Amino acid sequence: MTAVALPLSVQVAFAGIALLLCIASGISIALQRRRPERDYGELRQRVKTWWLIVAVFAVAVLINRATSVIVLGLISFLAFKEYLSLIPTRRADHRVLFWAYLAIPLQYYWVWAGWYGVFIIFIPVYVFLWLPMRMILTGETQGFLRAIGTLHWGLMICVFSLSHMAFMLVLPAENNPGGGSMGLLIYLVFLTEINDVAQYVWGKSLGKRKIVPKVSPNKTLAGFLGGVFSTAALAVPLAPWLTPLTVYQALGAGFLIGLAGFVGDVTISALKRDLGVKDSGTLLPGHGGILDRLDSLTYTAPLFFHYVYFLHY
Amino acid sequence: MLRGLFYLLLVKPLVLFLIGLNVRGRQYLPSAGPAIVVANHNSHLDTLVLMSLFPQALLADAHPVAAADYFFRNRCLKWFALRIIGIVPIDRRPAAVGGDTLTPLLRALDHGKILLLFPEGSRGAPEQLGKFKSGIAHLLSKRPEVPVIPVFFSGLGKCLPKGEFVLVPFFVDVFIAPALAWNGSRPAFMAELAHAFALLRDEAQPLPFDGA
Repeated sequence: MTAVALPLSVQVAFAGIALLLCIASGISIALQRRRPERDYGELRQRVKTWWLIVAVFAVAVLINRATSVIVLGLISFLAFKEYLSLIPTRRADHRVLFWAYLAIPLQYYWVWAGWYGVFIIFIPVYVFLWLPMRMILTGETQGFLRAIGTLHWGLMICVFSLSHMAFMLVLPAENNPGGGSMGLLIYLVFLTEINDVAQYVWGKSLGKRKIVPKVSPNKTLAGFLGGVFSTAALAVPLAPWLTPLTVYQALGAGFLIGLAGFVGDVTISALKRDLGVKDSGTLLPGHGGILDRLDSLTYTAPLFFHYVYFLHY
Repeated sequence: MLRGLFYLLLVKPLVLFLIGLNVRGRQYLPSAGPAIVVANHNSHLDTLVLMSLFPQALLADAHPVAAADYFFRNRCLKWFALRIIGIVPIDRRPAAVGGDTLTPLLRALDHGKILLLFPEGSRGAPEQLGKFKSGIAHLLSKRPEVPVIPVFFSGLGKCLPKGEFVLVPFFVDVFIAPALAWNGSRPAFMAELAHAFALLRDEAQPLPFDGA
């Protein structure tokens, strides 16, 4: 368990993120000072929580493999717990839910061991087959399909998808001379979050035409396109520092992350709308729940992972 | 000492991380005794979560009220309930109601303790609010100056329902209402208490539990 020497690009990346957050904090404080009559409490809270998120992310990425896997596994746990707390569950499934939780340490153990073959089929195949069988042992058939469907969808989103973030850290570092073992994940998370922010900012400034009015009435076509192109534009210059991607591959990655991030966002929005809640939880003040923050990553993480894995690993 | 460590090192991390609370109205919790905190009862976890809401310094003065017949079944459990959880035991046999049952509680209140009371009497069906027993009103009629703070839990019956020993994590809502004062009559006080819980439950809007 030795600390890994940090590549220069990773150090610069975190310095850059810290700088961005300082600017965000500065702006939110200045806004409140200049217009004391308006309440910027929500924005301030949001930026403060961003600091916390970046701190946790730094711990997850920078220390060593075991720490990374544990921290990211705990994030999956919180996300899955938030999901199960939101959806209706059957009393009869108490033990089944316990088994579902057990999938989390196992899935992250495969990551830690770098065992790609099991990592990639464990939840989609073995857990998928095991949980309904366990459910049948309790014998409650009323609501069976809904119970097993919602449970497995939650595991796929909160555990399987998100665990791809952790697997990026155990891919061989020598395939990524610029970013080492951490570059890919920093690249993915940074671009996904920037895409969220860019879609919001573009949408606020010139958005008119609604893109998915039934699911997310605040989302506009201009916000979506502005976000995707901003992300793609940023993906290209960052790629040589953090990834093995060529210019055209990086452009593709940028569009992929922009598009997938949007889909992840509205997918969780659809879930919340179905359940009649505004936020998925209260864990992250100013943001809502942990799923409200991870929504885009549930789509970008596996898609970007397999894109890069196919091209370079 | 042992009790303080039990709550600090075991209960609080378990409650805050494994379960995870969404607390609303924390400012209404009493900061000193004597006081009575009243909660709905769905799970053994209710007691531990309620205790974990108090700052470490106040824990020494906070005591759950629990049935002697249940927790004194054997010596180990008795030791654990008294020394570690720190219960104030009561005798809940009907014959004793109104007589000796309340004496230990009155004594604790007179010593400035915070009592944690579950007026449903037992844990009942998960996520269902049972009918409150009127012992709390008897108690209050004898110590009318003591404030009563209602606490509503939603979700703990899912984490660890009665009769189950496998804990399954869920985020739990804990909604706390401002203190109620004794209003002079037992039925009127019970009605006021029930009303306070109805309001908290409407605020929490628990999900339907048990399928369909």
